[in-house]
Amino acid sequence: MSEQSVVKRGTEGASPRRRGIAGWGDPRGRRLGGWAFILNRLTGLGVLAYLFLHLIVLSLLARGPSAWDGFVSIAASPLFLCFDVVLIFGLLFHGLNGIRVTLVGFGLVVDRQRAMFVALMIIGAIALVVAAIHIFTVG
Amino acid sequence: MNASADPAYDTHATADTGHPIRLRVFRCRAGDRSGHFDEFRIEVAPDTTVLDALVAIRTRLDPTLVLRHSCFHASCGTCGMRVNDREVMACVTKVLELGTPTVKVEPIANQALLGDLATDMVDFYARFNAIGRSLMRESEWLPDASRPAGVESYNRFESCIECGLCLSACPVVASDPRYLGPAALAAAERAIDEPRGLDPGAVLALIDDPQGAWRCHAAFECSEACPSAVDPAGAIMALRRRAASGRLRSLLGGRHA
Repeated sequence: MSEQSVVKRGTEGASPRRRGIAGWGDPRGRRLGGWAFILNRLTGLGVLAYLFLHLIVLSLLARGPSAWDGFVSIAASPLFLCFDVVLIFGLLFHGLNGIRVTLVGFGLVVDRQRAMFVALMIIGAIALVVAAIHIFTVG
Repeated sequence: MNASADPAYDTHATADTGHPIRLRVFRCRAGDRSGHFDEFRIEVAPDTTVLDALVAIRTRLDPTLVLRHSCFHASCGTCGMRVNDREVMACVTKVLELGTPTVKVEPIANQALLGDLATDMVDFYARFNAIGRSLMRESEWLPDASRPAGVESYNRFESCIECGLCLSACPVVASDPRYLGPAALAAAERAIDEPRGLDPGAVLALIDDPQGAWRCHAAFECSEACPSAVDPAGAIMALRRRAASGRLRSLLGGRHA
């Protein structure tokens, strides 16, 4: 019996071991680029969800001043402000990492992509802190 | 004791003494869709590699363990595995340097499984066929042979040992089997760099495709996993630059390279 026939016999019913979509979000064993990949998807989905939420909230304007004022009072609560910070984190991460992905995707600064990611994240962290202070202290 | 009935043993699997380690080894037979883990307790020495430990398990504890290996020095590319969730060559990964009392050993992901730790590499090799270029390793060069000017910059792909770790680590391959994948794209970049009789335009057209170089999402896990510093992600980005430049030139009325 040839070796090939043995291989074929062995593959019958074998598990494909393809991780599928779950492989996108599995952080185990991933390095910096892998974490960036995961967070980019999560923040992308989050920002997309926010877009629809934002449109729903804006639709309150059509229901009159009382509906809008009711929402504004909720929006001023500390818990809601925390969501604002999370939103800004998502926007910052997705946008700044998008700069890295775009540059690298066109073959630019590929050798420095890790340093670029770290630098962009430092910028993002500073911007997030400034934004959080602003959110909780102004208005 | 029946090895396949009770895979957990107190028997020392290696002749070395001192450091007790548990190995959780993925097991799967034809017809077993999900597989399971068997746990083995062995003692290892500081220089014991994961492959040493697995061979010892197969030799002394469970002869039914299926794994593939050959050279024991990260040259043949056959013992690529996922150890503690990372793609490594088992033959050069020392057990104790992993720093965990339990070491999880799985086959590489995103490939069909033959059994236990051995995967079917047919799909992996088939990806190279589209490129139409045979592989040449740096180790196959004659050391005294004269090289063309600039050939040093070409030796990275020749270092590919065809282990499949890059395909296992790539999150896009995980969900899209149509994606050409990092190894074949690295081969394409080499083929365009040094055609050796191939038509670089045809190779560029092949990779300038939604399932080619543009499918990559820049996770760089392939380059991190590569045991031979081939840097497939860097090659993919170089391909994109070529493809984008060609399209731009074409848009401006020039010739698409």
